[in-house]
Amino acid sequence: MNIGDTAPPFDLPATDGTAQGPGATPTAVVFTCNHCPYALAWHERLLDVARDYGGRGVHVLFVNSNDAERYPRDSFEAMRERVEAEGGWPAPYLHDESQEVARGFGAKTTPDVFVLDEDGVLRYRGAPDADHNDPSRGAAWLRGALDAVLEGRDPEPAQTEPTGCSVKWSQ
Amino acid sequence: MSHRPCVELLWWEGCPSTEKALVLLREAMAAEGLDPDAVTMREVPTADDAERERFVGSPTIRVGGREVAPAQDEPVGLACRVYRLRDGRVSPTPDPRDIRDAIRSASQ
Repeated sequence: MNIGDTAPPFDLPATDGTAQGPGATPTAVVFTCNHCPYALAWHERLLDVARDYGGRGVHVLFVNSNDAERYPRDSFEAMRERVEAEGGWPAPYLHDESQEVARGFGAKTTPDVFVLDEDGVLRYRGAPDADHNDPSRGAAWLRGALDAVLEGRDPEPAQTEPTGCSVKWSQ
Repeated sequence: MSHRPCVELLWWEGCPSTEKALVLLREAMAAEGLDPDAVTMREVPTADDAERERFVGSPTIRVGGREVAPAQDEPVGLACRVYRLRDGRVSPTPDPRDIRDAIRSASQ
């Protein structure tokens, strides 16, 4: 999926028992997982984004597309256990068992961040910020993209290189 | 009298942290008076290889046959390894001080 493309719609089961997907509001779709060190290193920063932008009409969706047969730590049950162990998340954690959503978006890594505007058009794709190892970066690229979309501007940068573990595709 | 321990970096292509780990390892070796180019790079390409090597993730650094940061209940397999830095942060690579300590210990 390229910047300017319309994202494929989806509706995935969440660990809280609901089913969710992008709606008619700006949405950040974050492909992530339970065991990748890059996803874990960025995790708190991404939760902070969900907290900070939820009140501004932004929908943040965390999506786990990894093959749970080869990586049991990414099973739906393990996802539920993790959210519960962490006291709940400020955004839903969705299970993409068929991996169709990851394929449709062209997700490569965990994390891989996609920002859609209210029409479902891709406006930003890439990493949350420039350094997984530096919490002070604060997911600045993602925040900048959301600010731009909320203000009707084009994000700058609109695209960065996603950095992380490869999505674990079924074999 | 000190000796030169065997220094190995085991890696899997699914993780992007190999290059960073090699840089950290070479810096630590140079700081401890070892030849920074004397690293044995060993790819772990298959799940069978991971099982044979007791490989719990990439990158794995062994000095004198011992892990620089021993795994805590991590399953064997082709994955990216999760390390904890000494300040508690999660990282795809070991804390540089753990690497140096392992080299120093193995060199004695």
